[in-house]
Amino acid sequence: MAKRPVSSLLFDGSEWNFATLSRVYDAIDAIAIDEMGLNVYPNQIEVISSEQMLDAYSSVGMPLMYQHWSFGKRFVFESQLYQKGYRGLAYELVINSNPCITYLMEENTMPMQALVTAHAAFGHNHFFKNNYLFRQWTDASGILSYMDFAKKYIAKCEERHGLNAVEQVLDSAHALQDHGVFHYRRPPRLSSAKEMERARERLEYEEQTYSDLWRTLPMAGGSSGTEEAEREALERTKVLNLPEENLLYFLEKHSLILEPWQREILRIVRVVAQYFYPQIQTKVMNEGCATFVHYSIINRLFDQGQISEGAMLELLSSHANVVFQPSFDDTRFSGINPYALGFAMMQDIKRICTEPTQEDRDWFPGISGNGNWMGTLIDAWENHRDESFILQYLSPALIRKFRLFRLSDHATNKFCEVTSIHNEQGYAAVRAALAGNYDLAANRPDIQVVDVDLLGDRQLRLKHVIKNGILLEENNRGATLAHISRLWGYEVSLAGIDVSTGKVLYECSSTQA
Amino acid sequence: MPNFIDRRLNPKDRSLGNRQRFFKRVREELKRTIRDQIKSDRITDVDATHGVPIPKRGADEPSFHHSRASGERNYVLPGNETFSPGDRLRKPETGGGGGGGAAGPGRGENTDDFLFVLSREEVLDLFFEDLELPDMVKLNLRETVSYKSHRVGFSTVGTPCNINVGRTMRNSFGRRMALRRPSEREFQALTEEIATLEREEEPSLQQRRRLSHLRDELAVVERRRLRIAYVDPVDVRFNRFERQPLPNASAVMFCLMDVSASMGEREKDLAKRFFVLLHLFLKRRYERIDIVFIRHADEAREVDEETFFFSKQSGGTVVSTALEEMLRIIEDRYPSNLWNIYAAQASDGDNANGDSDRCAELLREKLMRLCQYYAYVEIIDERESEIFGSTDNGTSLWRAYRTVDSVVPNFQMTRVARPADIYPVFRKLFARHQPVQLRR
Repeated sequence: MAKRPVSSLLFDGSEWNFATLSRVYDAIDAIAIDEMGLNVYPNQIEVISSEQMLDAYSSVGMPLMYQHWSFGKRFVFESQLYQKGYRGLAYELVINSNPCITYLMEENTMPMQALVTAHAAFGHNHFFKNNYLFRQWTDASGILSYMDFAKKYIAKCEERHGLNAVEQVLDSAHALQDHGVFHYRRPPRLSSAKEMERARERLEYEEQTYSDLWRTLPMAGGSSGTEEAEREALERTKVLNLPEENLLYFLEKHSLILEPWQREILRIVRVVAQYFYPQIQTKVMNEGCATFVHYSIINRLFDQGQISEGAMLELLSSHANVVFQPSFDDTRFSGINPYALGFAMMQDIKRICTEPTQEDRDWFPGISGNGNWMGTLIDAWENHRDESFILQYLSPALIRKFRLFRLSDHATNKFCEVTSIHNEQGYAAVRAALAGNYDLAANRPDIQVVDVDLLGDRQLRLKHVIKNGILLEENNRGATLAHISRLWGYEVSLAGIDVSTGKVLYECSSTQA
Repeated sequence: MPNFIDRRLNPKDRSLGNRQRFFKRVREELKRTIRDQIKSDRITDVDATHGVPIPKRGADEPSFHHSRASGERNYVLPGNETFSPGDRLRKPETGGGGGGGAAGPGRGENTDDFLFVLSREEVLDLFFEDLELPDMVKLNLRETVSYKSHRVGFSTVGTPCNINVGRTMRNSFGRRMALRRPSEREFQALTEEIATLEREEEPSLQQRRRLSHLRDELAVVERRRLRIAYVDPVDVRFNRFERQPLPNASAVMFCLMDVSASMGEREKDLAKRFFVLLHLFLKRRYERIDIVFIRHADEAREVDEETFFFSKQSGGTVVSTALEEMLRIIEDRYPSNLWNIYAAQASDGDNANGDSDRCAELLREKLMRLCQYYAYVEIIDERESEIFGSTDNGTSLWRAYRTVDSVVPNFQMTRVARPADIYPVFRKLFARHQPVQLRR
């Protein structure tokens, strides 16, 4: 293919228009689908202004969102950061939906639009469509219409029941957002109409079979009393399906005071939380995948002579900023940059597949030297989340490159201790610790509903499983318990139980707060 | 092929509703912040935009968090240069492992330092809230420049209510003449003639020929009338209006205040709100406003704003000294033929024996001839307000000013115990017809 380089350029200069965007999209599409073998949802690309980007930021990135003051607070906060120049706006925003919606900023230069299209419309899009977490837990084709329903429903509730009433329920529900997720079993999919029907039938049956006589029967003797109580408790936990880790779900189904519309609002908040749960668990992989894809694609475009050297330089500089990882003692350090870590790991996998060292052969006998780096990556993107991905693929070479070290911190000690560094004895420990830091289940408080005496004092009992002695922050604990009690209607108590010793470390209740 | 959509033209303020909800929620907190800021700000800056810290109370979103001050954690950090296993690093004293890089996550999340900006409207809203201003007045104050619409000629575009019928019909007539649109009369004559001919029971050949000729003619006339509209869009003319800013000139505002020991924090705060309100009013009308601060105890002096509000002076009280000082400054710097002079005086009513009558005389004979407007507030205790109400009884100064009030129309006075009492002093000022007769 001896094309003249001048004619093969997709664009020239930094101005963009829709014709160029479309031409570039087609070129990227050819590389991404035909050469790399990505599998994506159909794309919908929308161009927005910076103000609209700020709007999108504040409503957690959804194009449609119900109204709540906390989004206003976020908007005020974000726009302030932006205006003061502390933080630039993202170049793009992408939504896990089918068709996959990508927002491009109008301020981007043409080379940046190309990069961002490759990054979001192909990188993120492929990840959303193929990763097992997204496939199992989110419904990409349904989310937009669901959000449309949610927005209208909440607006209708506000009209009917007043802004304050709705705001109170939303406040309480937002407080439990992190505990509105099914971690282990998949959410039951029942349409609300079907469910209402079932509830009504159950109620009717109970009314029909109710006999007041049973209540007047003499209680059994003292010895069997405790046994009876235990049996009752067992019965209760069985009926209510306890213990239950999804607090919002439990309150939605079993709260004693909520009206149907309030339950529906809890459900909406729960569905949104559930929708975002995979994204939080795959930050490193998702960004790494998108960054790897855009990096590969722009290099390929450059090799084919489709973008100029000037444009390439701009893109490389921008790419370098994105994957920059400052050291822990740098003033710019704010944790590990998921773009940097994800991208580096994926480049590393490519290296292990194509030119492994002896060390790599020892650590990764399965993939080293198999030559099929794209297949290996696609497999990794499909079947891992951050924790398992790091545990599986973080190589000693990369640990050395990042000069990672593990610092152990006991709250009671006056010092932190460096426990492992990038050496032969430390690799496994550093890798396990880093993976552990991305394990969401371990980093969020584990709180479950364990018991509730519906016929007695109606107290809702929660259990906090304490791991590594990490307690809850007390002010927030009290305020959150108050929110739960607002939704439950009666007293709520929380007991902190250490997972290793089984000792009760603290007990508190909504009436104390 | 992707679907490209240009969203840039979509409405921008999608989160406006959320922002308003947020403000509603933190209103009390914002009000307090704004009030504190107004207390320390310069009078002229009150209606500028204000930066306020994001309020903590009322806007927190609690959830179950892990506490930083307990338990055991493992961090993995990049960039090790010198550490080997077993090294111990001292934690920074403040907080549980916050800064210093020891705890990677959690830095830069401190929201306390961030200010967000309230617009002028929002600030004024909060400022006006307990002054109980009528809505008309609020509206007036918010508007920076006032305009008046003047008729200037005609235009081809406009709203239907501005159609100039005369001009439109004149155009229509001219066009109809030029294009020879058959008139109503012509049409009537034809139809009548046809009708009479048709009524003929046995029309002659000539009549029949005439009839068919007339019918053809009528068809042509009808078609022409349809083709050429009676009033065509090109004829329509609208009255054109142009907004012209009202003539603005310069004004000077005198702030007079008693700063003797009896004026405490509360009194000064009320006085400041009183001055701010007058300033806002003047700012709306005049391009340039000078503010002169005169404070007095037993002797009056012109001072800067800082000293005016924040320093104390001890000693007795002689109000007339302030009026004399004001007179002197007017003669010196603000000739009354070039400047609109406004004055606002705040005091707790104390005055030296016999001086009040002199004040009243000064006002009646000299000052009120120069001033556009003079407002006096007497700041009293909330308990006293019940006793005094609006009676003429009171301090000697009050009684003396009462005599001025009765003879001079643009003199206003009132007793103030709460912020809500301030506005009535200005009621007359705001009630005046819009384009004030300005002295040039």
